[in-house]
Amino acid sequence: MSFGKDHELHERRAGRNFGVAGLLVGFAAIVFGLTVAKVTEDGPVEGFDHVARPALVERGE
Amino acid sequence: MSDASFDRPAPLSGEGNFGDYFALLKPRVMSLVVFTALVGLLIAPVSVHPIVGFCAILFIAIGAGASGALNMWWDADIDVIMKRTARRPVPAGKVQAGEALALGLGLSGLSVVMLALATNLLAAALLAFTIFFYAVVYSMWLKRSTPQNIVIGGAAGAFPPMIGWVAATGSISLEAVLMFALIFMWTPPHFWALALFMKADYHDAGVPMLTVTHGRKVTRTHILVYTILLAPVALGLALTPVAGPLYLATALVLNAIFLKGAVDIWRRDEITAEADNYATEKKFFKFSLLYLALHFGALLVEGILTRSGLWTMGG
Repeated sequence: MSFGKDHELHERRAGRNFGVAGLLVGFAAIVFGLTVAKVTEDGPVEGFDHVARPALVERGE
Repeated sequence: MSDASFDRPAPLSGEGNFGDYFALLKPRVMSLVVFTALVGLLIAPVSVHPIVGFCAILFIAIGAGASGALNMWWDADIDVIMKRTARRPVPAGKVQAGEALALGLGLSGLSVVMLALATNLLAAALLAFTIFFYAVVYSMWLKRSTPQNIVIGGAAGAFPPMIGWVAATGSISLEAVLMFALIFMWTPPHFWALALFMKADYHDAGVPMLTVTHGRKVTRTHILVYTILLAPVALGLALTPVAGPLYLATALVLNAIFLKGAVDIWRRDEITAEADNYATEKKFFKFSLLYLALHFGALLVEGILTRSGLWTMGG
């Protein structure tokens, strides 16, 4: 048995599947980019690290 | 199962390609939404992180697309009758109505949640209300029950610049309200001009457009009245801090031309209109698209120039 040319129906399904795959990858990239933007928007966050960093604490506190 | 079963021509049974599903989102309407929302976001007096701004516009556009899919699901029965809409994916048989519903609901939820996470709850609430207004208030209720369908339903298309503004600032202000009012007042003359030369479509589908319920003379008068009411709204925006001389000059010229077009339409009768195949009405309709694009374009240019320091008179 030989594999013939894909039926037009299969081509449409393949196009749809690749389209959805592209959207999912794009969505993941957007969520990642948004997360990075949100986290870095207010400056460095190391002062909130759970490890004690006395040097980061302002004097008088 | 043998390959022979696939040899028949593909039936139109909801096996659409990717483009058919994308068409459910009404890409042309989405492009207008993207543009106006972008203007609302960029002229706001608050700087937004580029990625956050991009996400805000993207999710506003997806929300608008979702409401388009819900509209196509609900209106499939009349879309198949109207020449203008018969080739849409659902009436054409490329996508099943249920799929349009699922896509619309799914994208509605996604866009609202993501906009809330990317910007703020007020912007997300406005987007949710816009989707509800277009899909339920306009499509399901007003469109088939009142000739004022376009007037009230126009609010759905007027929200995007306000959502863009709120996404940036977190609050609703006069500028946002006036941008909303500009599109809201522009919608009736825009669609009634279309209805004047597409009357058979709405009549055949039983949609109570003003042309069908009150006749063409009344529609022509309504176009003139709304165009007159639109002018002070467009010019009023020029008095806010986001606009300046460039916008004012643009609005003056555009409103003068638009008013002239509305007067021309009002003075014509059906015999004259049919004689030249509704040339004046078609010209007015095409210009209405330019009218809106140039108003928001002027706001955008002025906003960018002001922010970059090249223009100081805008506010």
